[in-house]
Amino acid sequence: MSPETQTAPAVPSESKCATCPVHNASELRRLGVNMDRWDFVVALMGNPNTGKSTVFNALTGLRQHVGNWVGKTVSRAEGGFRLAETNYKLVDLPGTYSLVSSSHHEEVARDFLLFGQPDVTVVVVDATRLERNLILVLQVLEITGRVVVALNLMDEARRHGLEVDARDLTRQLGVPVVPMSARRGEGIRELLQAIDEVAKGRFVPRPRRLDHQDPRLEAALRRILPEIEAAFPHLPNARWVALRLLDGDHSIIRAIEEGSLGDIDRMAAKALPDLRARELTEEN
Amino acid sequence: MASPHPGTQLLQTAASLRGEFGAELNDRLMESYLEESARIASGAVSRTGQRARLSLDRTVDRILTSRTLGFPLMLLLLWGVFWLTIAGANVPSSMLASLTMDWGAPRLHALADLLQAPAWLSGFLIDGVYLAMAWVLSVMLPPMAIFFPLFTLLEDLGYLPRVAFNLDRLFQRAGAHGKQALTMMMGYGCNAAGVVSTRIIDSPRERLIAILTNNFSICNGRWPTLILMGTIFIGAMAPAGLSSVIASGSVVATCLLGIAFTLAVSAVLSRTWLRGEASTFSLELPPYRPPRVLQTLYTSVIDRTLIVLGRAMVMAAPAGAVIWLIGNIHIGGASIAAHLVSALGPLGWLMGLNGVILLAYIVAIPANEIIVPSILMLTLTATSLEPSLAGMASPGVMVEFEDATVHQVLTAGGWTMLTAVNLMLFALLHNPCSTTILTIWKETKSLRWTAAATLIPLALGFAVCTVTAAVARALGWV
Repeated sequence: MSPETQTAPAVPSESKCATCPVHNASELRRLGVNMDRWDFVVALMGNPNTGKSTVFNALTGLRQHVGNWVGKTVSRAEGGFRLAETNYKLVDLPGTYSLVSSSHHEEVARDFLLFGQPDVTVVVVDATRLERNLILVLQVLEITGRVVVALNLMDEARRHGLEVDARDLTRQLGVPVVPMSARRGEGIRELLQAIDEVAKGRFVPRPRRLDHQDPRLEAALRRILPEIEAAFPHLPNARWVALRLLDGDHSIIRAIEEGSLGDIDRMAAKALPDLRARELTEEN
Repeated sequence: MASPHPGTQLLQTAASLRGEFGAELNDRLMESYLEESARIASGAVSRTGQRARLSLDRTVDRILTSRTLGFPLMLLLLWGVFWLTIAGANVPSSMLASLTMDWGAPRLHALADLLQAPAWLSGFLIDGVYLAMAWVLSVMLPPMAIFFPLFTLLEDLGYLPRVAFNLDRLFQRAGAHGKQALTMMMGYGCNAAGVVSTRIIDSPRERLIAILTNNFSICNGRWPTLILMGTIFIGAMAPAGLSSVIASGSVVATCLLGIAFTLAVSAVLSRTWLRGEASTFSLELPPYRPPRVLQTLYTSVIDRTLIVLGRAMVMAAPAGAVIWLIGNIHIGGASIAAHLVSALGPLGWLMGLNGVILLAYIVAIPANEIIVPSILMLTLTATSLEPSLAGMASPGVMVEFEDATVHQVLTAGGWTMLTAVNLMLFALLHNPCSTTILTIWKETKSLRWTAAATLIPLALGFAVCTVTAAVARALGWV
């Protein structure tokens, strides 16, 4: 998949210093748009106006205009950073509240998640509006487990007298949750470390999958899931595809008809042994 | 036929199962996401302090977006911003003017004499290019350096979405998309940026309406024209203490007229060429965030002020050169500029303007920023002035311009209150600058809509100015 596959297993044998997260994060090199090759692709998602662009700028050193309003990032922006000998490409997706309706923004974001197959997806959430922001996180977790949640605007939450327990969230969601305040530069380091760990398979996510607790739905899923698994045996998110099909999602139906879902399946088949190998070296 | 498509069977199963659920499934799924996220959030979030801030936010919102107070507060704020701009920019403007023109220009001329440069060359470079740029610098830098940071601060605070919220109902009634209020706000910075920002509108019909009407938002390049006219003609009528209040009032009025035109033209378009359903959307009011003042100052000075100023200077240099040339090349006893001005004169008179203004708008198609300097240079070049004033200038040369002197020069050039008012109207209603036209072409890929976006405001400008002039003359105001 990338030259990274050879270097990653070597890391643990190096001196303690090189694996220390603080050391790694202080090695951050912002690459702006000047990158021609990368090892991992990181997608940046989140509800509108949660500070995605601020996080994007903090990581890449670019200066996209940051506005306090919804719908500012019109198309997707790309940039890069280099950390611990690894090049990351960062893709800033437009803000969305969910991935299940049909607005243009949501389609852009979801298609990238599904067909762009980012190695890590960072979901930026607003700590002061956690309940609503988690809806998107839950939906992303149904598509991919390789997620880092950036719990942004912690400074604002504190001002509002809210205390958000990031550890509890990590436990409940099964993916790293990093408290931060991007515009003050707080938590950027920890976010980088979490991205690095998920990208290199050092953190094994156990994403929370929603139990819809509906016997009729479960029955329908039991009928359709085997067929999906038969047609696309390597798909990492068959259950999500099943739900979208039952919901009559046009872009998923199109993806099956045009064969792009089949492509994902074949890519997943190739990537899987690769990932396993990496996880094994981690365990040793 | 070899093996059938792997998904065909699957799609059939899905279709038959879907029949059992119908549309309710989507709602049910959404509900379970909501329940689950509420469950997770309630476990992770605890309240330590009192909820003072949140409820304060809500109270402020209730006032800022209330039906009765929303609009008056919006006006007051807009007024305040312009008042600060006009009142604050005066002194630094005249300081910059005396530095670059009174002090700088004669010394440059002396230097040119020392180098024994030919008169046509020093005239072209110093009186044409240099003075045009100096003018743009001293007229535009101070107001922009005040206006942009103030505007950016409002944006950072989260006030602009509240404005959009207030305007949403009006746009809905005009058959346009509520998000057009946001693209309109973008247009107040730069119309080209405003046109690009219409991408946030999903429906092509409503997006076209937003593109076609974006030019009614007064862009950076046009504020200086309005501010100057408001200051030297309209503000000057008021008693000294009130003049900057009245001047900023006239700028606000022009701005409101622009909003009225945006709504009216949107309404007409959505009932004629661009008929269709209005789509709904939800607009989130972001929390008020204390703006990071220093950072805002920095980015608004770098990103907005300097970029706009740089563009103006780059455009001013060749425009200054062109004006100097047409003012100094004579055909049949008069300069080219004089020929053009007198050819455009009748049309200008009809519109309550004059030939100089129309010629300036032709020279300034690349950038609205240079309208005022062009007008002044052309007035000095192509019209016959009283000896006292003419002594200050040779053809095509701009000299020291205090506001009072500008007023004197323009009055000598035959300007009246009608000319000033109509110039403000024409600054609002004329073709977009060439950058914006190009952007519209790129975004619509249609010659027809690009032409419409260019000609609609121009035609409106012609009509409005002509009617205003006719009414003013009929009532004997002029």
